[in-house]
Amino acid sequence: MIAGQHQDKEGRWAWRLTGFITLCVYIFMFAPIIATVVLSFNASMFGGFPLTGFSLQWYAKLLSNEQVLTAFRTSMWIAFVTAAVTTLLGIITAYALVRFEFPGKATFGTLVILPALVPETILGVGLLVLIKAVDQPRSMGLLLLGHILLALPYVVLITQARMVGIRRTYEEAALSLGASRISSFREITLPLLIPAVVASALLAFTISFDNTSASLFWRPAGVETMPTQILSMLKISISPEINALGTVMILVTVGIPLVGGLMLQGLTRLRKRVDAKGNA
Amino acid sequence: MGMTKGWKLYDPRLAWMLVAPVLLLLLLFLLLPIAVMGVYTFFTFVTAGVETSALTFANWKEFLTDSYYHGFLLKTVRVGAMTAIICAVLGYFPAYFIWATTFRHKWLLLLLLIVPFWISFTIRTFSWIHILGEQGIINVTLLKLGLIDQPLQMLYTEGAVIMGLLHFLLPYMILNVYVSLESIDRTLISAARSMGCTSAQAFREVTLPLSLPGLGAGLLLCFVLAAGSYVTPQLLGSGRDALFGNLIYDTIMGQLNWPMGATLSIVLFVVLGCFAAAYTRYMGMSQIVKGLGG
Repeated sequence: MIAGQHQDKEGRWAWRLTGFITLCVYIFMFAPIIATVVLSFNASMFGGFPLTGFSLQWYAKLLSNEQVLTAFRTSMWIAFVTAAVTTLLGIITAYALVRFEFPGKATFGTLVILPALVPETILGVGLLVLIKAVDQPRSMGLLLLGHILLALPYVVLITQARMVGIRRTYEEAALSLGASRISSFREITLPLLIPAVVASALLAFTISFDNTSASLFWRPAGVETMPTQILSMLKISISPEINALGTVMILVTVGIPLVGGLMLQGLTRLRKRVDAKGNA
Repeated sequence: MGMTKGWKLYDPRLAWMLVAPVLLLLLLFLLLPIAVMGVYTFFTFVTAGVETSALTFANWKEFLTDSYYHGFLLKTVRVGAMTAIICAVLGYFPAYFIWATTFRHKWLLLLLLIVPFWISFTIRTFSWIHILGEQGIINVTLLKLGLIDQPLQMLYTEGAVIMGLLHFLLPYMILNVYVSLESIDRTLISAARSMGCTSAQAFREVTLPLSLPGLGAGLLLCFVLAAGSYVTPQLLGSGRDALFGNLIYDTIMGQLNWPMGATLSIVLFVVLGCFAAAYTRYMGMSQIVKGLGG
């Protein structure tokens, strides 16, 4: 039916214009990123155009840059812990929000997504003022806590959306057959929830790994995460090394969700095949 | 579970136990900090990094009377509003295209919209230097073609900041509008067409009004995120293009004037909160939730 939507002359013209602008927007979104990736293989000493030849020297230089490696490790483990903790909290919260009716539920639901709506600068200053008020130094714990707070809304929303689609009768059937509450959740709800759990964990990982503004406020003195390391390198110059670093980061943050998604797809396909065999 | 003996299956008490950890986290590290920040705005600044709890209106007085701060606030609201409006205009087309296309691999177009969310924001922002900078692709190409003999100053301007913000916010806008378009009952449009509407009329009378909630949510989200931004003006703007977020950062991390920094944070929070409240009053919260969930 959509084809019929633009069948008059005016409609066809508008449709072509829409397609053209769409193409431009996609180019706009990816051109700078592609430029960075291309320039990371440029032999030139300067970080910009023109291209002078192919070289991997900036990657080699990156691998021997101790500061960058330390920042990478720091960001990696913070992102891992954030993903694990936030996903766990998200599952519990989504379960409560979807299955239960309780006074204050609407308010709580709004409160949970608030960290996504409050500008990071304000969240950053807020936590900092709080620990200053109780006379505590900035610590890794604070940075971690902040990242969990930032990722929580997204994780709850994703898990909640999936949980709504899982009918409670399945769990209740297990309960009436004598399963305990925890085992009915583990055996019935959790397996059905897996896609949302994986999606949440990946998103929480990227949110943490990528966080810049708030981390600038929260990081302990002398600690750099990957994005703050890039910022401080940019203050000196646009070196080709930064392009290489950017490309590595893109590979990590785009690669992990893509591989995760593909694995998940493969897993469901495998399970379906096994199920089909079992039934036959 | 023994402790739930005598409790209903979906007992509210159990719900409270389940949400308790997250509630505690939000109370202690979201609401309490904002409250403490509110108190800090009345503290007395002594010297860099030092303040006393003697209560004063000095910070508020300084903010309300110094036009330096008003200029920052106005510029921030203006840049935020411009970014949000350009986002809406540019973002509507791709959202509509993805919704209406008969292209078989529509998922690919949607995936490409989500990929930028996975790419480091810092990298996406600084990559604009390769497009707009003196050694950027535009200047290098124009110089080579002999169209200019001096590189154009595009980087470190307000235009570059808005460009960077658009780059960051367009996927939010497109996804919000797309979600809204997806919820339209397509038979309504067929009906309008079969009743003799031209495609333009069908769009104006049916599709556009029904997609307004998504457009509204996208506008709010883009405005709030643009007005609260820190990294983009820092990387792509000159000192004159700094926004309110940069002002807050400099006040706290540079001048170590915590009471004033807290005052400015509360101001930004209240200003952006007013926009959000005005929006949710008319549109409700649900559209934003849909947009955030992708």
